Amino acid sequence: MRHLMSPLDFSTEELDRLFDLAGDIERNMSKYAHACDGKILATCFYEPSTRTRLSFESAMLSLGGNVLGFSDAGSSSAAKGESVSDTIRTISCFADICAMRHPKEGAPMVAASRSGVPVINAGDGGHQHPTQTLTDLLTIRSLKGSLSNFTIGLCGDLKFGRTVHSLINALVRYEGIKFIFISPEELKVPDYITDMLKEKNIPYEEVIRLENVMPQLDFLYMTRVQRERFFNEEDYVRLKDFYILDKAKMELAKEDMLVLHPLPRVNEISVEVDDDPRAAYFRQVQYGVYVRMALILTLLDIHVD
Amino acid sequence: MLNVGKIEEGFVLDHIKAGKSLSVYHHLQLDKLDCTVAIIKNAKSNKMGKKDILKVECDIDMLDLDVLAVIDHSITVNVIKDGEIVSKKELILPKEIKNVIKCHNPRCITSIEQELPHIFVLTDEEKEIYRCKYCEEKFQERF
Repeated sequence: MRHLMSPLDFSTEELDRLFDLAGDIERNMSKYAHACDGKILATCFYEPSTRTRLSFESAMLSLGGNVLGFSDAGSSSAAKGESVSDTIRTISCFADICAMRHPKEGAPMVAASRSGVPVINAGDGGHQHPTQTLTDLLTIRSLKGSLSNFTIGLCGDLKFGRTVHSLINALVRYEGIKFIFISPEELKVPDYITDMLKEKNIPYEEVIRLENVMPQLDFLYMTRVQRERFFNEEDYVRLKDFYILDKAKMELAKEDMLVLHPLPRVNEISVEVDDDPRAAYFRQVQYGVYVRMALILTLLDIHVD
Repeated sequence: MLNVGKIEEGFVLDHIKAGKSLSVYHHLQLDKLDCTVAIIKNAKSNKMGKKDILKVECDIDMLDLDVLAVIDHSITVNVIKDGEIVSKKELILPKEIKNVIKCHNPRCITSIEQELPHIFVLTDEEKEIYRCKYCEEKFQERF
């Protein structure tokens, strides 16, 4: 039985197969409409997340399966003090596969170690968010045709932003990637990531001003400064408006540069950018459903001819 | 000059960074053992200026000293038998350590699930870096 805890759980060959499957799903949705008949997905969300949870539910429903679950810890037995280990043992009796989001880092790994069904990490604190990474990789691969040889700028909260950490870990396995980290001093990418990049001899830059690097980028990955990751409200208020992508900044970018964002956004991308053909973040949401469909099929070992 | 007597059997942990001896005492869980322990703080050292020393009178098989490599690789472990130093124990970094050091990341699952073992994995042997198995936070000794 396989779980998904980190994007690195799959080899690049396995990811290629997953993305090929997602591509086939995109082209032939009806072929997969009954692939998961009789199967149940449990969405165990200990912290609120509309997008990821609904994306999982949409994926399972599109495959003909059913969904059950909870969407915040208050409405689950966690409020009564039940451990993750006990909860997953129970959920294993109700469902065939589980997607878990938890504010505590490592919680899905604990669940996977006790579970009788495949567990998908749907985000654990500031640590990993592998299905967002799979979404990002599928979006890049689908829109650019390849996962190699480009410069990607990651902008905003690079310290607590789990989507960023997961994406970097996944991209270092492909050739010819250059990273440009754009963040205020307080939200710089953690040292274990820059240490890893140095060790692997992967080029990266750390800058504060977005404008200075716009012309170099093939992708710009924007992130939100997340209130829930701060222990101090004052720091959050000071940093939340540090970067706002607007039309003026977009004029500095290449014509085929693409803007990605894990969403939800607050104000870091001005709505005036939405109509720019380079704004790819809503297409990214759609790819998220395809890749989760492919993931559910893969982890349940279901093949559709 | 303070004098502490010899021990017959046990360990002398030398070259502990000054002020760190109590932390070493707790990590080795010496508080749970019924044996004689001498804690010497701020002893003069040619090499370090000041250092701490721990003398533990116990059966030499009684202590698991692996943790010392994790918290301070520079500690010298002298093994004492019949009142003499019989060997110096080499500290080897264990690949994985369980329930010896704790994860201090307030966002780690171990902060709320009490029964979970605290497991750290050696991720970089050269730099002696241990990371929590669950949240991957780097272990940093706190005093």
